[in-house]
Amino acid sequence: MSRLSNSLRAFEGQHTIGNSRRFWIGFCLAVLLVLLFPFVAGVFSVIQMTVFLIWIFVALSLTLVWGYTGIFSFGQNAFFGVGGYLFAIVGGNLIEVTGATNVALLAAILAPALFAALLGYFMFYGRVSGVYVAIITLSVTLILELITSSTTGVTLGRVDLGGYNGINTVPNLTLGYGETAFSFGPVPMYYLVVVLLVALYLGLRYVLNGHTGYVLIAIREDEARTEMFGYDIRWLKLQAFTASAAIAGLGGALYTAWGNFISPPVMGILVAALPLIWVTVGGRQTLLGAILGAFVLQYLDTTLASSLNSDYAVIVLGIIFVVSILVLPNGVIPQIMTYLNDRATDDEHDEQNAQEAGSPTAIGGDEN
Amino acid sequence: MTDTDRRTSDPILETDGLTKRFGGLVAVDDVDFRLAPGELRCLIGPNGAGKSTFFKMLAGRHSPTEGTITFKGEDITDALPHERIRRGMSIKFQDVSVYPELTVTENLQIPLQRDRKRAPEQRVDELLGRISLREKRTVIADELSHGEQQWLEIAMAISLDPDLLLLDEPTAGMTIEETDETVNLIQSLTAEGMAVIVVEHDISFVRQIAEWITVLHNGEVFTEGTVEEIEADEDVQRIYLGEE
Repeated sequence: MSRLSNSLRAFEGQHTIGNSRRFWIGFCLAVLLVLLFPFVAGVFSVIQMTVFLIWIFVALSLTLVWGYTGIFSFGQNAFFGVGGYLFAIVGGNLIEVTGATNVALLAAILAPALFAALLGYFMFYGRVSGVYVAIITLSVTLILELITSSTTGVTLGRVDLGGYNGINTVPNLTLGYGETAFSFGPVPMYYLVVVLLVALYLGLRYVLNGHTGYVLIAIREDEARTEMFGYDIRWLKLQAFTASAAIAGLGGALYTAWGNFISPPVMGILVAALPLIWVTVGGRQTLLGAILGAFVLQYLDTTLASSLNSDYAVIVLGIIFVVSILVLPNGVIPQIMTYLNDRATDDEHDEQNAQEAGSPTAIGGDEN
Repeated sequence: MTDTDRRTSDPILETDGLTKRFGGLVAVDDVDFRLAPGELRCLIGPNGAGKSTFFKMLAGRHSPTEGTITFKGEDITDALPHERIRRGMSIKFQDVSVYPELTVTENLQIPLQRDRKRAPEQRVDELLGRISLREKRTVIADELSHGEQQWLEIAMAISLDPDLLLLDEPTAGMTIEETDETVNLIQSLTAEGMAVIVVEHDISFVRQIAEWITVLHNGEVFTEGTVEEIEADEDVQRIYLGEE
């Protein structure tokens, strides 16, 4: 147990929520529940659940770049879209040749990263910051939506880009070589997404609680001051922005493979606003807030949309967003965790008091 | 340091014809400035003398209209702020800017962690000792007094082991006791061989620390000299009292 808690320490620190044994037990239980879900739910629910989890990649990418580094990026959906389109185009062309989508997956991660590096270079080395970054990244997202929408009749190799209708001939995610390649159907896809998500969460916890986390938070808190300690903030921001684009791109590839489909609206303003809402409501400066915010609000959105209609769902989501900003500007999850921590501390005090009250027997018992 | 030392040794910092114009306003006008290694220099002058603009050009926040800045023999006129820091400069601006949401220790870890090889724990403790904040290491910086925040920032600046420390009005808003401690701190730094430039408005503080003073007025070097010389200088009194 002590070896386990030692190895957990690398993932702990003041920059992420949840550093107690209680938290990790809860975390393991949650992962276990998620892993058991396909055994109790039908395939339709598993498919539905998969897409909720896939969008969490975008939420986490936004938390990294906005919540931790302070770069207000409206462009995560652009990177998601570029990843999705790359997967569709490269995968659609190569699946017949190689029988797999390894290259497509790689391209869907690298291309958005490269794109973000280029965009970020001009922004950060050009000293663009604050609201202008939001305007530029939003513009880029909307321009990409426009470009992909105007591709009716355009084909790249075997793949018809399909204009506003998108590409609907995307192969499954297929990893491996030739005959032995494994095609991820609904349930394996679900498990793959879960494993990647857990890995991403732990990876981010590791990075953010280490040296990098300090510097990113320092940039968020006071960029000019941090520069005065000799940090090249342009380069650091570029790295965070690029990494976040790679994460969003991976999400885009998974999304596209999941539905065998990608279309321009994922880069439209309505969809691009969603990750901001999830992350803001959940708590933008916490990974857990992004995860739970994205999950719960998607669930709510889908449930409302199917029981009422989608217009009402948007309104409800908007109201939640506004109320959350007014009442809990730091998000729901940090508030809940503070409450739980306070209670846990109270409990410990109670236990201590109880022990002290019966101290003679307690000490005697320990010695034996 | 004697006056001869000051003139003969190779300067750690030198400006040559440094000028900054904002449109028609000449904020700093053709300033030649030399600082010897290990020297403590006070830069004084009435409001609007160009002290802050000069300071910001040294720090790299303003780029000069004309002239050059040489630091440790290298031309840094066009160097970015972080490049100047990496060459051995460290800067504390006038406004307090600690990281308000982080603890005292975390604040110090940010500059210390730039070079990953150092042992921050030990160094943090040593620095906190210097600014008498050992007991407050886990306090959120926002909850410190104004003077303590100023000290924390000075500690953050010296944590980089600079060869040259630039301080802009380090005692602004401090109590008399806090100012005295700051005097001791700055003097201990120069005793260790660190060159320090202090830009100051308050002449009583300058009297406590300065060996050699440069007076700026209307963007130009008005005069230079020892505390006694400057205080006895009727022209300096005149510009300070605004009797022109």
